[in-house]
Amino acid sequence: MQFVKDRFNYLFNSTKGLILVAIAMIGIVTAVWGMLSGPMAEMGVREVVIKLLGMDIVQAEREGRIIILYHSIAMAVVAIEVYIINSLLKMKEFFKTAINATITVGYILTMVFGMGFAYFGHNWAFHGVYIFGLSLIFFAGVLLAVALNPWDPEYRVTDNAYAHTRSGASVERIAFFTMAIATLGSVLFGAIPGSYFGNGFEAFLAENVIRQPHKTLFEDAVIGHLHIMLTLIAVALSLIIGRWLNFKGILHTISMHLMWTGTIVISIGAWSVVVVEWAHTIIYVGSVLVMLSALMLVIFGWGKFIREGTAHLAKPTFGQKMKALASDPLKFGPLWQMVFMNFTVSGVGIFMAVKLTEIMRVMPWREERITLTGHWHILSALIATIILMYYGDMVNLKGKVRQWYGWGIIILSDIAFASVTIFELKRLFISEAEQQPLVNVLMILTDLGLGMLLVILAMVMIWRLSDLFKGKGRWTEEATHELSEEVE
Amino acid sequence: MKRLFLSLSLIAVLLTACQPVDLNAPMPIYETGIDPDTWAQIPAGEFYFGQHEDVESTAAYEIMITDVTTAQYADFLNAALADGYVKLDGEQIVGFYPGDEFHGVKHEERIEAGDWLFIPLDDPSQRIVFTSKITFGAKEGYENHPMTTVTWFGAWGYCKYYGWHLPTEMEWEKAARGDDNRPFPWGDEIKRENANFYSSRDPFEDMSSFGSRTSPVGFYNGKNYDGYQTLDSASPYGLYDMAGNVWQWTGDVYEGMHYRFMRGGSKDTYDMDLRLWVRNNATPTYYSPGVGFRCARDK
Repeated sequence: MQFVKDRFNYLFNSTKGLILVAIAMIGIVTAVWGMLSGPMAEMGVREVVIKLLGMDIVQAEREGRIIILYHSIAMAVVAIEVYIINSLLKMKEFFKTAINATITVGYILTMVFGMGFAYFGHNWAFHGVYIFGLSLIFFAGVLLAVALNPWDPEYRVTDNAYAHTRSGASVERIAFFTMAIATLGSVLFGAIPGSYFGNGFEAFLAENVIRQPHKTLFEDAVIGHLHIMLTLIAVALSLIIGRWLNFKGILHTISMHLMWTGTIVISIGAWSVVVVEWAHTIIYVGSVLVMLSALMLVIFGWGKFIREGTAHLAKPTFGQKMKALASDPLKFGPLWQMVFMNFTVSGVGIFMAVKLTEIMRVMPWREERITLTGHWHILSALIATIILMYYGDMVNLKGKVRQWYGWGIIILSDIAFASVTIFELKRLFISEAEQQPLVNVLMILTDLGLGMLLVILAMVMIWRLSDLFKGKGRWTEEATHELSEEVE
Repeated sequence: MKRLFLSLSLIAVLLTACQPVDLNAPMPIYETGIDPDTWAQIPAGEFYFGQHEDVESTAAYEIMITDVTTAQYADFLNAALADGYVKLDGEQIVGFYPGDEFHGVKHEERIEAGDWLFIPLDDPSQRIVFTSKITFGAKEGYENHPMTTVTWFGAWGYCKYYGWHLPTEMEWEKAARGDDNRPFPWGDEIKRENANFYSSRDPFEDMSSFGSRTSPVGFYNGKNYDGYQTLDSASPYGLYDMAGNVWQWTGDVYEGMHYRFMRGGSKDTYDMDLRLWVRNNATPTYYSPGVGFRCARDK
């Protein structure tokens, strides 16, 4: 009994254990549900999975199913971010326990009962529990916002290396707090129209109404909701990575001010899509601020890696600096993925916006849909890879394993994301009639990249599972560790 | 050595992407036994419209049981050119369209009265051949395939020439769905043998080279073609190809937008786009080897 109790305690009462459970849950859902679409469907795997698991797939309900699937995965990602924030920042013990417990119960109920409702017949009790799970996550968010209160005297900053106000409030904490408040507002922005459309299965995917000249207020709200939620998840992650890397100095000051102001502006922009036609202009301003903030982090981080990696050299050459920069893929990777995002997400988004009438809207809607969905799938997956790299550092991967794990994630995911980006934009340089060989290669590279990534993740999960069976496994060391102790 | 092997493998994979596509690759030729000159009778009354099953109604009308074929379109061009209904403008066939009312809505573009592109003649995917610049004909093997690489204007002009019209979205969906709430013309589920869609493994596709190609109209009628057994996939009113093969232009012109809507999914889309309520849209000058049309007429 003690055996089970100890493991349970680690998995559900320690930061690293909680993160491990959430990653495993996401991994399982991604692996199984990834077999229902794309090349897996083409190969007939989908039919086998549906039969094997006894899924009940109704054609008219595809959109609703997918919305629940997205929410199930996203809630687990949000939970991971919350666990990390709780462990990285100073936090009162009561809040830490309450938030972690609430969000854990919340995301597990959301995932298990949401997917149960969506894919295995419509048990309405399951739907109720799914909504209850989402509500718990919202409540955990309220608690997090209270716990993050940057003006609490207990959290005052006195070290001038870290951005703070005259009264000593941490600007970084203000940025975290702003993100939490903006997230709570944005949740409601989706929950209210979601309740309306969900009533009677009138669910729709945002990309399906993108060309409607007159969208209803609720349709606009749904579009705003999904964009701002993903943005805020990215904002939170950027702040997390900054804290992990002990972001400080003048760049920290500039970055944190840009981040909290950017978060407010971009959220107001997303919310205002329901009232003003020029909401995009506000969103662009906010995006620039947030992206500049992330740029400061990248400059700081890469500068730090180079300095530390060449400290033993009197006059390092360019090559030596680059070697130092890339010596640790788990530290270099998250920041690299932020840079890479500009080519595959921001760059594509800006191009689409600038050339909307001239190019994108000349294409059929279906082509535009591919670009839209590809664009945000990449952003979501980039976020996942950054979390996985941080997780690799958390579990203290060393030596060759660290190199293989880190570079594996970077290279495989970037091959996949670059391929998807070319696929999205293929109509700019190849006709429908001539595209098949190119499409085949892009699909191979995408599937190879993502498939191998899942294999790496599976290997890590198997290793972690086997570790749990050891009396003095790594899990025993992790059970009491807080991430703030590992900030360099 | 390992690195060299990996690099060479990657280069080999990438090189396959540059492989040119033979647009004139041999096409299996099959007679489906379905007459494209046949019309279905659709009674007046209510039906379920859209994914969320709004109840709508139409008057009685008739609709072609298949897409307009390449041969039919070639006949139209021969007659219409002789009548002066269409004109040859360089490598294009153009015809007059009276224009749309402009409302100045965001992203809306003006569609003025004037000559608009019906079909391009120089597109490599074009199935209409203009023999010696005298007579239009269908490219060999494509006579009974749907007419594609035709703009909305070209589809609208065809139907109008004969005193018919492009079906409205409601007319299209009612003809495809009948009076129940089925997602596909033939019922609730889709199998590869029901329709021509992406990677449906029909005799016309080769995903390793040219990809998916159109099938003759009415191909999925339960017949066996050299061992390839199709399922009878007619709609409740007897229409074929209302899911897959080619997207079909519909006739509605909506206020505040210049886009024209298409229905039915195509050889290039996954089965989810073959659900009866799924819409696609494009500018009316858009053409593609995956877009065709059929006509309707008042009763």
